[in-house]
Amino acid sequence: MPAGFSAADFYNILPELVLTGGALLVLIVDVLTVRQQRSLLGWLTFGVLSATLLALLPFSDANTVASRGLLAIDGFAFFFKVIFLLTALVTVLMSSSYIEVEQLRAGEYYFLILCATLGMMFMASGIDLITILIGLETMAVAFYILAGFLKPNRRSNEAAVKYFLLGAFSLGILLYGMSTLYGLSGTTNVRELATALASQERSALLIVGLVMVVAGIGFKVAAVPFHMWAPDVYEGAPTPVTAFLSVGSKAASFAMLLRLFMEGLPFLADVWQPMFWVLAVVTMTVGNLAALTQSNIKRMLAYSSIAHAGYLLIGVVANSSRGVAAMMIYLLLYVFMQLGAFAVVVMLRRQDVVGDELKDLSGLYFRYPTAACAMLFFMLSLGGIPPTAGFMGKFWLFSAAIESGFFWLAVIGVLNSAVSLYYYIRVVVFMWMKEEALGSPIVASPSMAVALTVALAGVVVFGVYPRPLFELAQVSAQSLGGVVAAVGALSF
Amino acid sequence: MSNVADFPLLSLILFTPLAGAVLLLFVNRQSEDAIRWIANVVAGIGFLVSLPLWFWFEPQGAQWQFVERLEWIPSIGAEYSLGVDGFSALLVLLTTMMGSIAILSSWTAITERVKEYYIFLLVLQTGMIGAFVSLDFLLFFLFWEVMLVPMYFLIGIWGSDRRLYSAIKFFLYTLVGSVVMLLGILAIYFEHHAMTGIYSFDVTRFHELTLPVGLQWWVFLAFFLGFAVKVPMFPFHTWLPDAHTDAPTAGSVILAAVLLKMGTYGFIRFSLPILPEATIEFVPMVIWLSIIGVIYGALVALAQRDWKRLVAYSSVSHMAMVMLGMFSLNPVGIMGSIVQQINHGISTGALFLIVGIVYERRHTREISEYGGLSKIMPVYAVVFLIMTMSSIGLPTLNGFIGEILILQGVFVVNKMWAAVAASGIVLGAAYMLWLYQRTMFGNVDNPKNESLPDLNIRELATFVPLIVLAVWIGLYPSPFLRRLDSSVMHVVSRVNAAYAPLNADGGADASAPVDGSLAGGQ
Repeated sequence: MPAGFSAADFYNILPELVLTGGALLVLIVDVLTVRQQRSLLGWLTFGVLSATLLALLPFSDANTVASRGLLAIDGFAFFFKVIFLLTALVTVLMSSSYIEVEQLRAGEYYFLILCATLGMMFMASGIDLITILIGLETMAVAFYILAGFLKPNRRSNEAAVKYFLLGAFSLGILLYGMSTLYGLSGTTNVRELATALASQERSALLIVGLVMVVAGIGFKVAAVPFHMWAPDVYEGAPTPVTAFLSVGSKAASFAMLLRLFMEGLPFLADVWQPMFWVLAVVTMTVGNLAALTQSNIKRMLAYSSIAHAGYLLIGVVANSSRGVAAMMIYLLLYVFMQLGAFAVVVMLRRQDVVGDELKDLSGLYFRYPTAACAMLFFMLSLGGIPPTAGFMGKFWLFSAAIESGFFWLAVIGVLNSAVSLYYYIRVVVFMWMKEEALGSPIVASPSMAVALTVALAGVVVFGVYPRPLFELAQVSAQSLGGVVAAVGALSF
Repeated sequence: MSNVADFPLLSLILFTPLAGAVLLLFVNRQSEDAIRWIANVVAGIGFLVSLPLWFWFEPQGAQWQFVERLEWIPSIGAEYSLGVDGFSALLVLLTTMMGSIAILSSWTAITERVKEYYIFLLVLQTGMIGAFVSLDFLLFFLFWEVMLVPMYFLIGIWGSDRRLYSAIKFFLYTLVGSVVMLLGILAIYFEHHAMTGIYSFDVTRFHELTLPVGLQWWVFLAFFLGFAVKVPMFPFHTWLPDAHTDAPTAGSVILAAVLLKMGTYGFIRFSLPILPEATIEFVPMVIWLSIIGVIYGALVALAQRDWKRLVAYSSVSHMAMVMLGMFSLNPVGIMGSIVQQINHGISTGALFLIVGIVYERRHTREISEYGGLSKIMPVYAVVFLIMTMSSIGLPTLNGFIGEILILQGVFVVNKMWAAVAASGIVLGAAYMLWLYQRTMFGNVDNPKNESLPDLNIRELATFVPLIVLAVWIGLYPSPFLRRLDSSVMHVVSRVNAAYAPLNADGGADASAPVDGSLAGGQ
């Protein structure tokens, strides 16, 4: 045992340890079983994730710094880890039938899903630039492979290569920015960074470093103009991977962003607030406008997910504990609506039907009213219509903007969400008002049914009674260091 | 009253239609008649349980009655808080009545996807009632938006011709207005917190708030967008003719009778009492838009060849009149405005039913396709005549009461406005009577019309309550006015302080309360 690490340090990363052990177990079991028993792996992965979630529960009100200042075990990290685990759980549930149809190698697939989840968890906990980066890369490398998992499919290959090249490039930029910050402050610890840099003159180098970090993270959350990879990757990657990527990776990147900017660079808020203001406006507008013309559901959801990154950036601009809480709430609710929508798309994938064009949804309601009703709720939720979860999320984001005095940002935000309804409703039109054009019957596996039920329940229950979620998020947001001070400066 | 005070009457009224919708989910879609029966019975029960709002409401009692308060989201100060005053009680009664009439009118008109149709109608019903009874602004907004989706489906699935276009137009117009309104709500919410230290969406608290004038100005504009689209005021009215024309009959009836009232309800409940100073400032703008609306709506109605579109444009004109009365900001005008809202619900709702009757028989709305119907369908012609007279404001019928009060209120403020409003009434008589003449009188030129059956019992049943109400309000409106008194005085007392400048170039006694003298004197 290396000097300086105590038993407590290992206890603090118990959930991560469980997850790591579980991921290795999946690989071993994969070797030991024959191909016919593949469905076993899915349930094993489900068990690993559930065990991780259980191991995480004791940390709900923890607030410590672990591993010699590398990790923060606090409410903020807890909340995000719940998001990641929920996302992974639902993704695994919706994967089994897809793996069957596409003849994927289940063992590696589930292993990579678990690795990506592990990376995300470190991104949320990390308060050291190095830890954050390692978490980021653990997640990203897993996703590079997952994006190209449909080996004979050219689009999937293209997605993987594109994602890898642009990902590596953006990592370089992020790294360059971070090393600048390190060079100026002499520390890689995010919290020490704040104190070290606060007393310094604002040099041009500092601003350059900041811009680099913004650009690097902008790529990860697919903010315009760093979004070019997203539509192609989303379209090409296996659909459950797209779902996981669009929710999990986004949430993790936002967690990293909040750590870095709220805890590490709060004193530069007057510089990065305007930058994120512009990014938010451009991202939601471009995302929504591009989504309007898509005929491929996955591509449409990709652009819609870009737009949602734009909405989420409103929370960053607000730079208040309400803004942080809003982002956390939104990201958690986003799990249900986005994964739910993707679950329906995954269901459409059958032996003879690719099922990712809008027209493949035509008349879905007539044969599968339950699925169509669920999709209706997911679309309304993505568009932010009450009584669905999406409304409650948007309510928080816009109220954070108004509280911090960003009226115009809020106006642009709500107008954007009105525009977005046009393409979400189009999905509904296809399902409910077009002639039936379905190929072979759709069979929802039991696990898929569970995934859909969970997603639908999340969307409806939190849309009507979000009280427990709001309270948890409000408390958790407080634990993010530096935010409290920022609120003191901004409250009016 | 005290023994019923604890009974959650409003919740019962609110959730009866929703419960019916849930019940329908479990009925086999093939048994269409069973679905129709259940929907009608549920709507009937919905109306019956709302009747206590008429009998148990105490006109001299508390400002808010039948109040219910439960925790909802305490961390942001949102409550499940319901309550009605005379104004919203009447609108709820209108909603439950028109809801059951709309459902009864659909029996033979809807033959496809019957189950979904009634589910959407019932969900819509809950949304509308919820918006009228919510005393929490967030809850109000929730119900306000909930109405959009079922209405979208009603137009989009069961509508005619360009239904998809009309449905999405309705949806997006209303949505843009309402999301901007949400920002206005949030602005008040945070300002209220800054002033009192309490996070709350309680409308009754907001009614006692004096917001900074600068903020009021912006919030008024935000609310204006939301409510003006719904009313609809010129120039935000363009969704209405499309939505009305393409909606199924029941959809048009609900749209005209209740949904449009959301806008005027919003102005009276929120804009006027919460933002009194801004309201005063915007009087000229609203008045001029209303005047344009009155004249423009009437002129365009005159030019229509489509029966339903004509009625739709008449709505634009009539609702502009409602706005005119409201923004006279004196008791008589606001009283007239509210009465006219009820009247418009009755008469325009009936007119859409009337179009629906012949549309179901002939599947065309072209006025030129008809003519001489009074010879073939005498009962129908009588009903249509009564409703035409009600719509154009013939004395002894309801329209007259509303219009005379509005004119009286406007007159004391500005005689020119009153003159324009009066000309709108004349134009209204012109297009309605001309419509009646073209469709009902003359010879039966079109052989397709020769064997049209007259109203059957079910169809007649949809009109009877409307005719009774039209006559009742026309002859003896004081039970209605008495219930509205305290609502009107509450609003006027909020906008009264800055009411003086308007008074200067108007009459002298406009600020005198209507109270008993007017209510009893009619």
